[in-house]
Amino acid sequence: MSHGHLFSFGRGVFFLAPIFSNQDVLVMSFFSMKNRILPFLIISLILLFSSSSFAETTNSESFKQALELLQSKSYNKKGKAIEQLVITKDERVQPILEAMLKARLFYTKEDKITVIGKKHDDGFSLVSVLDQKDLGVLSKSKLKKIKVNNKLRGVLRASIATLSLSSPDADKRLSAVKQMLGKTNDTGIAFLKAHLKSEKDTAVREKIETLISINDLNSSDKAVKLAAIKTLFNDLNPETRNQLETLKDSDDAEIATASQNALKNIQKKLGFYEKVNTVFFGLSLGSVLVLAAIGLAITFGVMGVINMAHGELIMLGAYTTYVIQQIMPNHIGLSLVIAVPAAFIVSGSVGVLIERLVIRHLYGRPLETLLATFGISLILQQAIRSIFSPLNRAVETPSWMSGALEINPALALTYNRLYIIFFCLAVFAFLYLIIKRTSLGLSVQAVSQNRSMARAMGIRASRVDALTFGLGSGIAGIAGVALSQLTNVGPSMGQDYIIDSFMVVVFGGVGNLWGTLISGFTLGIANKFMEPWAGAVLAKILVLVFIILFIQKRPRGLFPKKGRAAES
Amino acid sequence: MMSLLKGDRGGQIFLVLLTVLAVLIPIFNLIIPEGSAFHVSTYTVTLLGKYLAFALLALSVDLVWGYMGILSLGHGAFFALGGYAMGMYLMLQIGDRGVYGNPDLPDFMVFLNWEEIPWFWHGFDNFWFAMIMVALVPGLLAFIFGALAFRSRVTGVYLSIITQALTYALLLAFFRNEMGFGGNNGLTDFKDILGFSLQSDNTRIALFIASAIALALGYLSCRAIVVSRLGRVAVAIRDSEDRVRFIGYRVDRVKLAIFTFSAVLAGVAGALYVPQVGIINPGEFSPLRSIELVVWVAIGGRTTLYGAVLGAFIVNYSKTYLTGVAPETWLFALGALFVFVTLYLPNGIVGLLKRKGGKA
Repeated sequence: MSHGHLFSFGRGVFFLAPIFSNQDVLVMSFFSMKNRILPFLIISLILLFSSSSFAETTNSESFKQALELLQSKSYNKKGKAIEQLVITKDERVQPILEAMLKARLFYTKEDKITVIGKKHDDGFSLVSVLDQKDLGVLSKSKLKKIKVNNKLRGVLRASIATLSLSSPDADKRLSAVKQMLGKTNDTGIAFLKAHLKSEKDTAVREKIETLISINDLNSSDKAVKLAAIKTLFNDLNPETRNQLETLKDSDDAEIATASQNALKNIQKKLGFYEKVNTVFFGLSLGSVLVLAAIGLAITFGVMGVINMAHGELIMLGAYTTYVIQQIMPNHIGLSLVIAVPAAFIVSGSVGVLIERLVIRHLYGRPLETLLATFGISLILQQAIRSIFSPLNRAVETPSWMSGALEINPALALTYNRLYIIFFCLAVFAFLYLIIKRTSLGLSVQAVSQNRSMARAMGIRASRVDALTFGLGSGIAGIAGVALSQLTNVGPSMGQDYIIDSFMVVVFGGVGNLWGTLISGFTLGIANKFMEPWAGAVLAKILVLVFIILFIQKRPRGLFPKKGRAAES
Repeated sequence: MMSLLKGDRGGQIFLVLLTVLAVLIPIFNLIIPEGSAFHVSTYTVTLLGKYLAFALLALSVDLVWGYMGILSLGHGAFFALGGYAMGMYLMLQIGDRGVYGNPDLPDFMVFLNWEEIPWFWHGFDNFWFAMIMVALVPGLLAFIFGALAFRSRVTGVYLSIITQALTYALLLAFFRNEMGFGGNNGLTDFKDILGFSLQSDNTRIALFIASAIALALGYLSCRAIVVSRLGRVAVAIRDSEDRVRFIGYRVDRVKLAIFTFSAVLAGVAGALYVPQVGIINPGEFSPLRSIELVVWVAIGGRTTLYGAVLGAFIVNYSKTYLTGVAPETWLFALGALFVFVTLYLPNGIVGLLKRKGGKA
């Protein structure tokens, strides 16, 4: 075995080198040739089992010793100290290791007391690790940081994972097992098997069993191998796939065919989940499109006003979110909730203002409203630029928006995308109910269908116009709140959405809310399905060309208005 | 020619002014020495030349919008395509004087590690071939686009929006490096045209005069269309498309002919613009740009042709002036101007002048 070969095991073996003599490494890498090993596990476990009988009595003593060892300059000795700490099974160990990983573990220069530090204005506020005593605040110059290098960091992470296995919290145990995926070796598996006996939680059990099966794929026993292939037939972990890939060319025909079949099945499943994922991405992109366009579906679709300032009304909503966050910087989540109605009011009132001052004079001349509202959009942009700055503003995302809902190893739905889909549907439902179920909605429909008849029936058409425009603008503001969580908030952000919004409304059929919803989702999904082979930009171009051609076939969109209203 | 301008007082004045400008500016620039109060700097000449190209573009928009009721929000695309055709010719004239000194490939292709020039660049080293392309490429695009759109009777707002989609799609496409048009940076660093250096005063003057002649010819040809039967049918289509169709005219063909001609005009304007400003990039395709030029026409006053020219000059001059003096106020001023003109001057500045003239 050449030296060069050693490095091919990756970090596992590599970071062992300073801790053990070269010979030890050779021995160990020999029995775990195919695995990437987590060496600390081996050592700590061997020692754990061998020394457990008299561990009780010497524990506190060895804890102290390990702490002293930790203060040494040599990374080798620090590594040994970590092993020793893990073996003590002391509950103080995990916070120490975590602090060390975050470079928050120090010792005082004067008394050599090991402490965990918390950042403070005048240095660090300290807690002794030995007796949890609060040592007050010390300046940085009086402390010495216990430094770690990359090799130690690996050791630390893995040690924390092992310790977490004995945590009473099932979620912590689960994530600990996940951490070990693809990094275990025979001894690690032995430890996991021992743990399995006492494990009650089914999710953790399943995960551990999968891990053991993956390990069994390397077994020298053919029957064990075949059984493992069978149990992993539906498993989507990338580690399983890697192992099966190596087995599919096995000399043993039975194993080769079995693993080929399993791989085929897994590939099929992966293909399916990939499609599900694409649809999900498409839905979330579609939601953004629908959100941006739905306000336009009111102002353009129902009223026939080509509102080029629509994008700027979205921008106003995003800036409202920004301002509210500035007012209450400690409540990001709450500020977002408040921003929704606030943005509706801000954009809505600007909308009413635009309608009263400008658009009112231009009804029946759609192309002129286009020019006037374009002028308004320029004014709004410049106003934002002058008030805030031409630069993008940072809008924070609340913590509950980050992270992902993991359905299986091949499919994880990110929360921000999930929220945007739900938010879009909620806004749509809200708007739909207003149009279909309120008296304002009834008036809006009446005025858009036959203005003079509506007026003859006593509807104050001009008031309805203002309110309708305000409603559409307010919805644009709400869309701005959502978009502030996804993209940059800047003075020209509205420009990015205006064209897409028009496309969505025209494609769906002007004057049809359902059309807008379906068209937004269709375009979003189509875009995402084309992206893998066409690239993001080309996919967008293709969608645009498709819309241009589609309008030739159906000049009134997917769901055109029917009857007399369609003629005007 | 005189019969074309009969009853077109504005047009007569415009052509006289244009001639005076085309004669005086070269004299002021070349003959009157620097330092004299009457000397016109080369910078100003180029600026005026640029305005002339914009005026030609505005003319092409007025022809389809004012006389046929098609509000194209994609005329910038035809302008840019003409510009790119010219840019490709100028690019190949650089030869081995580029940064990388490659005699066959323009700099950006060397930069992208391309082995040879793409097929669609062949022939652009010939000036006349490039000039044919300046007219042909925008014309062909307008023809195909128009043939589809007009036959399926896409009108009004819908047509405006798909023309916008067209220019937006082209914007995205030209941003791609793979397209072979220099991507984000476009085409620039031009050295000379027909062997004359683009930096020299004489070339600048020549380009200025060429722009003036093109604008005059463009004006006359638009005028010729407008007073012809074709033009009158176009106006009828604008006022009531269905009736014209019921009478028996092929509405789609009339529209297609004028739309295509207008696109060619826009392409020529682009070709004149590029050597004077020295760059063409995908920004010219941006939908905003197209809307802006519609606004020139609206401000000048549509359905007069010379109003479009006036609008192009006024808006662009104030843009140059304001962005120099107070860049903050430019967008405020432009925005306010749009709102004001559409609300109170539906016929633009020309309409205002006519009303004043009528009263006096």
